[in-house]
Amino acid sequence: MANFTINGVQQNLDIEPDMPLLWVIRDELGMTGTKFGCGIASCGACTVHVNGRAVRSCVTPVRSVEGQNITTIEGLASVAAGANPSAPDLAAVQQAWIDHQVPQCGYCQSGMIMAVSSFLATNPNPSDADIDSSITNVCRCGSYPRVRKAIRSLATA
Amino acid sequence: MTISRRRFLLSTALVGGGVLIGYSATRPSKHRRANAELAKEGEHYVTTFLKIEPNNEITVYVPHSEMGQGVHTSLPMMAADELDADWELVNIEQAPAIDLFANGELIKGFAGEFGVPGFLTGLINVSAVSIAELMNLQTTGGSSSVRFTGEMAMRTAGAAARQMLVECAAAQWSVAIDECSTQLSHVQHNASGRSLSYGELAAAAALLEPPKNPVLKDRSQFNIMGKAISRVDIPAKVDGSAHYGIDAHSEDMLYAAIRLAPVFGTRLVSVDAGDVLSRRGVKRIVELEDSVAVVADSYWRAKEALKLLKSEFESSDADTTSSADLFAGFDRSLADDDSDEDVEMGDTESAFDSAADVIEANYKVPYLAHAAMEPMNCTVHIHDGIAEVWTSTQDALGIKGRVASIAGVSEDDAIFHHSYLGGGFGRRLPFNWNVIDHATLIAKEFDVPVKTVLSREDDMQQDYYRPAVASNFKAAFDAAGTVQAWHNRFTGPIQTPGAAHIPYTIANQSIGVVDGDTHVPIAAWRSVDHSQQTFFTESFVDEVAHRSGKNPFQFRIELLAEHPRHRKVLEVAAEAAGYGQNLPQGHALGIAVQESFGSIVAEVAEVSLDADSKPVIHKVTCAIDCGWAVNPDIVEAQIESGIIYGLTAALYGEITIENGRVAQNNFPDYEMVRMATSPEIDVHIVESGEALGGLGEPSTPPIAAAVANGLYILTGQRVRELPIKNHDFSRSTPVAQV
Repeated sequence: MANFTINGVQQNLDIEPDMPLLWVIRDELGMTGTKFGCGIASCGACTVHVNGRAVRSCVTPVRSVEGQNITTIEGLASVAAGANPSAPDLAAVQQAWIDHQVPQCGYCQSGMIMAVSSFLATNPNPSDADIDSSITNVCRCGSYPRVRKAIRSLATA
Repeated sequence: MTISRRRFLLSTALVGGGVLIGYSATRPSKHRRANAELAKEGEHYVTTFLKIEPNNEITVYVPHSEMGQGVHTSLPMMAADELDADWELVNIEQAPAIDLFANGELIKGFAGEFGVPGFLTGLINVSAVSIAELMNLQTTGGSSSVRFTGEMAMRTAGAAARQMLVECAAAQWSVAIDECSTQLSHVQHNASGRSLSYGELAAAAALLEPPKNPVLKDRSQFNIMGKAISRVDIPAKVDGSAHYGIDAHSEDMLYAAIRLAPVFGTRLVSVDAGDVLSRRGVKRIVELEDSVAVVADSYWRAKEALKLLKSEFESSDADTTSSADLFAGFDRSLADDDSDEDVEMGDTESAFDSAADVIEANYKVPYLAHAAMEPMNCTVHIHDGIAEVWTSTQDALGIKGRVASIAGVSEDDAIFHHSYLGGGFGRRLPFNWNVIDHATLIAKEFDVPVKTVLSREDDMQQDYYRPAVASNFKAAFDAAGTVQAWHNRFTGPIQTPGAAHIPYTIANQSIGVVDGDTHVPIAAWRSVDHSQQTFFTESFVDEVAHRSGKNPFQFRIELLAEHPRHRKVLEVAAEAAGYGQNLPQGHALGIAVQESFGSIVAEVAEVSLDADSKPVIHKVTCAIDCGWAVNPDIVEAQIESGIIYGLTAALYGEITIENGRVAQNNFPDYEMVRMATSPEIDVHIVESGEALGGLGEPSTPPIAAAVANGLYILTGQRVRELPIKNHDFSRSTPVAQV
């Protein structure tokens, strides 16, 4: 049995412990916001948070998240809002993505947003070099210049 | 096989700045059918592409796929502006995959440009596809949506609808039509102050025949077009709710992992399933002519089981073929020069005979995969005599027909479910159907939905590739050092006529194509032939400029006397990039220009070498003349996108063939530009006011040559083969700038 919490909901699933978290989320739970891109943790399309930290779910066996708190793109805003009833519908990163018209095809953007929100939580005022070394997700549409602008707009300094 | 231009471009300028389009994009018969077959209670389709509801909400049906190019925003902007609609009340829906919404405007547009578009005919014989069949597609490609469907259908539909609504209002008020005006989804009679909403008029308007000659606005009258309106698809793309083909999901769904013949065109001989069928969740092994699939109750279970299954495919002549063999074949083709003429101008032979100096160069590019972020996939559910399909595609109608024919149902019994595309880039165009065909064949074995997904490795190894191409150039100079002749032979096939042509005034030109066929399947790849041909021609023009002792920018300007739009974008890009100004130590600028898909794009790349002598691309300055901009922010986004897609190919892109099959597996060996390697991009839109040009592709072609031309100045090394990662720049001698 696999036990974990995802977007605040406790799950108790009869699945193989080796099943990657990506396929648990997509095929077992039917939550499709988290994307399959490469299967080898190279592109980052499958990025989710485990206890607030970005991980690439396609190579994360479900046994390794036993008892942990998982957040996907669908839960990002409510986790950011916490118990605050007047919090906006979108997390700040999501709103910045709209403000800067970042996504094109959008397929990689769930993972990109999850990677960036975790990154900014630990490094709220990153340099360009920090961004370059930490945000390594692939976007075939080339949204990188807008990703950079959106991250800069979120920087606190 | 040509269509008379007059059928679709009979335009007359009107006094007062309007224009009459003498073609009915609104198809009266279809508009009747739409009301008969599709409209629900109280709804009325005023034209094929527009629906106006009693509550005054307007729905624009977009007959193109949204793959990030913004077409679900830009096309409705065009219809809504001509309609004088209130943008806040406009809804956007993907047009259903039924022939009522076929986007034949695209085909007509291409027919006017250069016959049946090569990217649509793919590798099949052109004569086997009638225009009528092509007209019945819902294709998205060729950077065509806005300039053809938008200009010829959306704007005309909006304008026609507006006229019909005004006609109804005038009749109700018993006033003259020209006493009425429209704004924000209302018709007004200014003299009496009366006003009716479009919703109130829609029922009566739907009974009218659409005007055959609706009057389009002058650009000065635009209220919506020309503005950087936010894309309608973006909110769903930041919260995980955007739905892609791969997201089709149901409780009873099964999943297929498939192994396709690794050497293209070979058949499955045998399968040793071992105990695969006893694994958890595995339902069945499906053997097909050229592949074997494992079907299970989760994709991961299917994929893990497939890894354990042994299979044998027949041997083939191609089994020992490598990229080196294919390029050796290209060299033989070029040496034989059994070429088909593309351009013959002046007397090239005499010019070479009497030349004071000749230079020659050989260029090459490898095969490229599309590598869309969403791996290829298709879900099919065949039940009760019906075939339902969910897939991300650039051609919904074509897919519906394809699935119907394989499933053995009539096209009327096939249902296509739309979704966003996780990238297209040409991979999801008609005829690139391997995943669709296999998914349908597998689903025929079940009565529940079956989702077939290619792994990234399969996606990369079972693509329809940008062709590998070799190109040979010679240039002849007179005693004064002036270029007199241009001789170019390249391996085909030609998918995009004109891509190898040069805009420069050189009196004697001979351009021809030789055989380049191999066993590797090819197709359109973002910008099609322009991506490789522009690398070739704009690099060799640079060689000619340097040999002439001229500055590469000035040399181009001098030879573009007959192409003022090319000159203009070069000048704008060069000035914005600081061309000729002082650059940081160790930096250089390379320049290139190309016209493709109706737009002219100049790019200047600022490059340097890092401590390990690897190229660094700091900044790309781009000027585009796309006529004018329907939505300037979408234009900029497409330019950025096309440059980065082309830069990935230029720096890293290489699919090689070993033992007849593709050697690359996944992103680590087919590397991508990422944040750290993505340059700053500065876009300048030059509004010439000419006809709208395409946007999805035209910024891709110049980037490889712009970067390579900059690296030449920086290092003295001429990059004649892509990708650039294979070159060693550690021993460099900068070229003195002229």
